[in-house]
Amino acid sequence: MKFTGSEIVAEILLEHGVDTVFGYPGGSALNLYDALYEYRDQIRHILSAHEQGAAHAADGYARATGKTGVVFATSGPGATNLVTGIATAYMDSIPMVAITANVPNNLVGRDAFQEVYITGVTLPVTKHNFFVNKIEDLPGALNDAFRIASSGRKGPVLVDITKDVTGAQMDYKSTKMPEEPKIPAEINKKEIKNIAELINKSRKPVVYFGGGTGAAKAGDNLKDFLAKGDIPAAHTIMASGVLCADDPHNIGLIGMHGSIASNKAVDSADLLLAIGTRFSDRVALNPKKFAKKAVKIQIDIDKSEINKNVVVDHSMVCDANDFLFTLIPMIEKKKRTDWMNEVIEMKKVTGDVKSSDAEMHPSEIIGSVCDMTDKETIYVTDVGQHQMWAAQYLKHDKTENFITSGGLGTMGFGYGAAIGAQIGCPEKRVIHFTGDGSFHMNLNEACTAVSQNLPIITIIMNNSVLGMVYQWQTSFYGKRFSATAPERKTDFVKLAEGFGLKGFRAKTLDEFREAFSKAMKEDGPVWIECIIGREERVLPMIPSGGTVEDMIIG
Amino acid sequence: MALKKEVISIFVDNQSGVLARVVSLFGRRGFNIDSLTVSATNDPDISRITIVFKGDELSLAQIISQTDKLEVVRDIFTLEKEGSLFRELLLLKVKADKDERAAIREIVEIYRGKIIDLSKESMIIEITGAPEKIDGMMNMLDCYEIVEVCRTGITAIERGWQEKENKND
Repeated sequence: MKFTGSEIVAEILLEHGVDTVFGYPGGSALNLYDALYEYRDQIRHILSAHEQGAAHAADGYARATGKTGVVFATSGPGATNLVTGIATAYMDSIPMVAITANVPNNLVGRDAFQEVYITGVTLPVTKHNFFVNKIEDLPGALNDAFRIASSGRKGPVLVDITKDVTGAQMDYKSTKMPEEPKIPAEINKKEIKNIAELINKSRKPVVYFGGGTGAAKAGDNLKDFLAKGDIPAAHTIMASGVLCADDPHNIGLIGMHGSIASNKAVDSADLLLAIGTRFSDRVALNPKKFAKKAVKIQIDIDKSEINKNVVVDHSMVCDANDFLFTLIPMIEKKKRTDWMNEVIEMKKVTGDVKSSDAEMHPSEIIGSVCDMTDKETIYVTDVGQHQMWAAQYLKHDKTENFITSGGLGTMGFGYGAAIGAQIGCPEKRVIHFTGDGSFHMNLNEACTAVSQNLPIITIIMNNSVLGMVYQWQTSFYGKRFSATAPERKTDFVKLAEGFGLKGFRAKTLDEFREAFSKAMKEDGPVWIECIIGREERVLPMIPSGGTVEDMIIG
Repeated sequence: MALKKEVISIFVDNQSGVLARVVSLFGRRGFNIDSLTVSATNDPDISRITIVFKGDELSLAQIISQTDKLEVVRDIFTLEKEGSLFRELLLLKVKADKDERAAIREIVEIYRGKIIDLSKESMIIEITGAPEKIDGMMNMLDCYEIVEVCRTGITAIERGWQEKENKND
């Protein structure tokens, strides 16, 4: 049967189980969008305000559902507007397929209207990309894109299709993709035995786990392993919720704004087992002194992560869950009472986190949200102080329920990602934490939340400064507040009304709780602006390049 | 750690944009390329890239595993000096009047090069061989006025039959 290129795109989406896409139309994408009209009963298209929002939505959808997110855009500016969203997904290893239309092949390379060499632009921020200017290459490219995006270390793939290909016709037979059974990879028994022996011999082991454990769904095996060996474990922001917040072996976030216990335990450890993580500069702030007393073991699915940032003593390249599954039987069941007690003592050290005389502290806002929401709630953040507070104070129980831009640190990520998460999980409630800085970047997506009637509650922590940079300027630049106190006059309540949604403002915790309980009863989007102090800092903090000795506690 | 010169052989899909993918990766990861050659292979679907790279053991392992992740890369390995042949081609234009001609010709002959162009003021020398041999000849020609130099960079291949079989498994 003859299909157009655009129909083939739709057919292949269906073959891969895609029923929802995000995007924005345009001249070069007209054929693609015509096919989306034809397939509208099977594929739901969510129109964003801006392509960046669509890309973040596809990303948030992928993080919340575990499926590959799909985003469409037209050529030129449509495609370039995706770039930040693609780069965000790339840094956090999120499976995404971006489909862009380009100008017709006879105009390619001639600086045609809305022409951009998007495969060149996205080369460093995709796992792979395809430029398709022959219809016979289209099915292969699309199928490869889905395979690459969701296999091994996941990530975004872009397929750029010239407009003539989207309109051309070809014989095509749609075939349902056979589900590829996941076969546990062969694990090197000798190596893992050696690692198990090192762990069994260790007096003060610490596990440090990252996003790879979430991607591999290794939470249950991790929990069993830690319980069997009685080993404390610190996590990166990407692994928030892989292990329940109240698990006795969970000692919290590690790194720049990590818990005192996590950073101290890693510093005192005689063995560090890093699983699915890359010793990023926000964790191993000083790579030469990180876990300096420990024998370091690194497990990662991506070989190029081994020894990239911190040189380790032992390593294995494999899936985190396969590793733990094989490791557990080799681990001696024992109590490490002395070591656990030492770590528990570290947990008791706290500083004074309040730095301003504002009526409510962000920790209280987040605490109230935790009290008033259930375990199935999805929390999405933007980037900055509020993000770190959310990472520190939320009770994380499921990794797919905490969505944040960890690697790229994309301000403006939150609203789009929240929309994607809410579309993907209509049965769950999505709470979007943002700051006045991040929110101003992409709050235009409010129109998407309204048109889709998504019950996302946006909590804007308004300190009227660009808080994280303001904090650094306070601590390290002698309070020279360069471009961080913008004196904006935005009235978020009126702005919310302008977009056609409800807005509240809260200056006290009581006002916040009242607004939040009203918001929970709404079935459309709501904003709650919370006035917080501009002197509020994210603590504890270890400055860039520092060690646990440089920790600012309060 | 000591810097070492390494010759890396990369088999890649023969399609447009492949070289850009490899070179861009080296660039953005901060690895310097000393020389690079791309050539056809006996399989029309596959090209061979030979890169000479200077770095320590860790950065070599890092760039190999990073490059190996590229979808277009079929195989990648380093070529050890003992088991491999390295060759380069040099074209060199040197100023040579009638008094200098004979002496230069003598050097070229010792290195088994060829003089492929001659004018009243200059000559062009062609030589192929291992990089050390080419360096050696250039060293000998140092006292003459070299006008232009063009070196291809190393292309390399492993000796023997068995080893190549293993590499392509």
